Amino acid sequence: MIKHFLNFEWKQFFRSSYWQKSIALNILMGFLALYFMLTFLVLGISIYPILKKQFPESDPLIMVNGFLFYWFLGDLVMRFFMQKLPVLNIKPLLILPLKRSSILNYVLGKSAISFFNFLPLFAIIPFGVILIFEDYSTTTALIWMLLMYIFTLIINFLNFIIEAKSAETELSFLPIIAIASGLFALNHFEIISISTALGNAVNTIISNPLLIIIPILVLVGLYAINYLELKKKLYVDGSLKAKADVATTTDLAWTRRFGDIAPFLQLDLKLLWRNKRPRSSLFIVVIGLLYGLIFYPNPTYQNIPAMFVFVGIFVTGIFMINFGQFIPAWDSGYYKLLMSQNIKYKQYLNSKYSLMTISAVIMFVLSIPYVYFGWKILAIHFAAMVYNIGVNSHVLLYGGSFNRKKIDLTQRAAFNYQGTGAVQWIIGFPLLLIPILFFYVPYKFINFEAGIITLIILGGIGIVFHQKLMNFITKQYLNSKHKMISAFDQNN
Amino acid sequence: MIKSTELSKKYGNVTVLNIPTLEIPKGQSFGLVGNNGAGKTTYFNLLLDLIKPTTGNVLNNEIQVNKSEDWKPFTAAFIDESFLIGYLTPEEYFYFIGELRGMNKADIDTFLSQFKEIFNDEIIGKKKYLRDLSKGNQKKAGIVAALIGNPEVVILDEPFANLDPTTQIRLKKLLKELTVKNKTTLLVSSHDLGHVTEVCERIVVLDKGVIVKDLETSEETLKELEAYFSV
Repeated sequence: MIKHFLNFEWKQFFRSSYWQKSIALNILMGFLALYFMLTFLVLGISIYPILKKQFPESDPLIMVNGFLFYWFLGDLVMRFFMQKLPVLNIKPLLILPLKRSSILNYVLGKSAISFFNFLPLFAIIPFGVILIFEDYSTTTALIWMLLMYIFTLIINFLNFIIEAKSAETELSFLPIIAIASGLFALNHFEIISISTALGNAVNTIISNPLLIIIPILVLVGLYAINYLELKKKLYVDGSLKAKADVATTTDLAWTRRFGDIAPFLQLDLKLLWRNKRPRSSLFIVVIGLLYGLIFYPNPTYQNIPAMFVFVGIFVTGIFMINFGQFIPAWDSGYYKLLMSQNIKYKQYLNSKYSLMTISAVIMFVLSIPYVYFGWKILAIHFAAMVYNIGVNSHVLLYGGSFNRKKIDLTQRAAFNYQGTGAVQWIIGFPLLLIPILFFYVPYKFINFEAGIITLIILGGIGIVFHQKLMNFITKQYLNSKHKMISAFDQNN
Repeated sequence: MIKSTELSKKYGNVTVLNIPTLEIPKGQSFGLVGNNGAGKTTYFNLLLDLIKPTTGNVLNNEIQVNKSEDWKPFTAAFIDESFLIGYLTPEEYFYFIGELRGMNKADIDTFLSQFKEIFNDEIIGKKKYLRDLSKGNQKKAGIVAALIGNPEVVILDEPFANLDPTTQIRLKKLLKELTVKNKTTLLVSSHDLGHVTEVCERIVVLDKGVIVKDLETSEETLKELEAYFSV
């Protein structure tokens, strides 16, 4: 049975058009994976000698155990954003002569062999081996390694429970942020010293190997919770089927003043509001707006305005990036209609551009209160807005012409938690990082104002040449039109 | 009105469509029949420039469809559910299409009133999104949307499938009127030989991408088609 499942997985992966178009991205992902593996390897090898040298009188193992809390917390948050729940199109399997339990065990078991569970091993094993070569007993080292791996799996399954719960409640990533920052705060302000407690627990288990049964039981328990949760959802009238919402009709008459792009603008606004996936990008806006509060009050960043450029681009562009990344995949479900209806491609793209521009202006206006932290911040936000409108929006639209991944808007969140993998995050980096460079170079060699002006000029150039750029982008879309249609027709 | 020359579509080494020449005059109701894999949908997709021809081209009113977008204002189609926007209510969908075709809300409301019978009170004013309608009702909405704005060319892939018997009969009447009254060029495909002979003046049979019969509909056509397909 497992053999068939694995075979399906393999085929689904290699036969999707996504794989075929994005070899370059896959290579990039490969390098990134390699980079992380090396980083963990170096960490695993070097941490013992470093700790020994810095704190000669402490036991490195006990010190490492004291820091495990932060590792686990970071791991949990990272997984939430990067790791997808194992998605298998379960519906066709339901009526086949398969035991439900084997479908479930497969889905859950598959998650255990994820890259995220292998990565920590690159640090755990070298450290453990070094322990053996130092004066620790072999049992201690082996138990420690085993324990770390059990913890990794615990985090793996814990993450799925959190993901499932947040998807059900439509709160997107608010719960994970709340949990993580709550735990961190409790620990940081020493209300409950979780890191010490966890360190002590690990130390106790190492000295009494039999106690390892406790984390194993926790792991089994989490697996069982996942199993039961999924089992409830394995019915076509359960979460595999969409509930019918009561439709609300809205007029959105005010969009009329945008002229011939008005119908598309209305369509996009309805798209955002009436579908779960895009709606979450509206909630992200709130998070993005508050993002500045992490940096601006903090004195350590006061003399690094380049950091503020990052925040400025992020705050004014968060909606743009979130929404823009998936152009035109948002419309993938009815792309054939758009392509055969009385629509000029340019109009369609212009509507998306307008939406992104409007969002950047609104975000800038909403971020004006940050002027409390100094006029420079307002200037940076303004420059970032202009840059976003002039440069990033066009880059996003251009990037969209390479989009071959369908978004199924009707899909409920049940087996489709994040829908995006690390790829989307990687695409986001240049949008956020390149403007920092454009700011930093003139700032370093001339002054702050020069950096701001550079960003504004670059954005201004983009705005001035908007028509020309749009013609070019439209051409790209026209060239890849047929490829997009056929990719959006595929189900995976 | 529609002229295809040397039109072919290959996927790898497999030719799924090969039509040396096919011309559909203005105002004709044209039926396409053939077993699964005969190339009916492929042909329609080529007419709409949704797939790229391997060779040849399609002229729609003298406009080459893969060179210019100017055929779109007078052409409408309903191929499958991917022509519907699931998160709109049927009314919103009709208004949206209407807007693209230069009709305002009042125009659309008047236009929709003639379909009251077909809609059978299950589509308009139901506070349901298109994605939540049944397959048959989705199809009704899609077909009606394709008729918005009096397009000169209407392309419908399998319009009768999934429809209840009453609607099938009403739809046949509607389609016949369309070509007579409005001089619309109508292209339909169907697996139901009875329906297609009733609606279309001309029937083309495709088999594995090749035209095997090109018939002017007459009394004997249905028998001829039945004889052809009963092998």
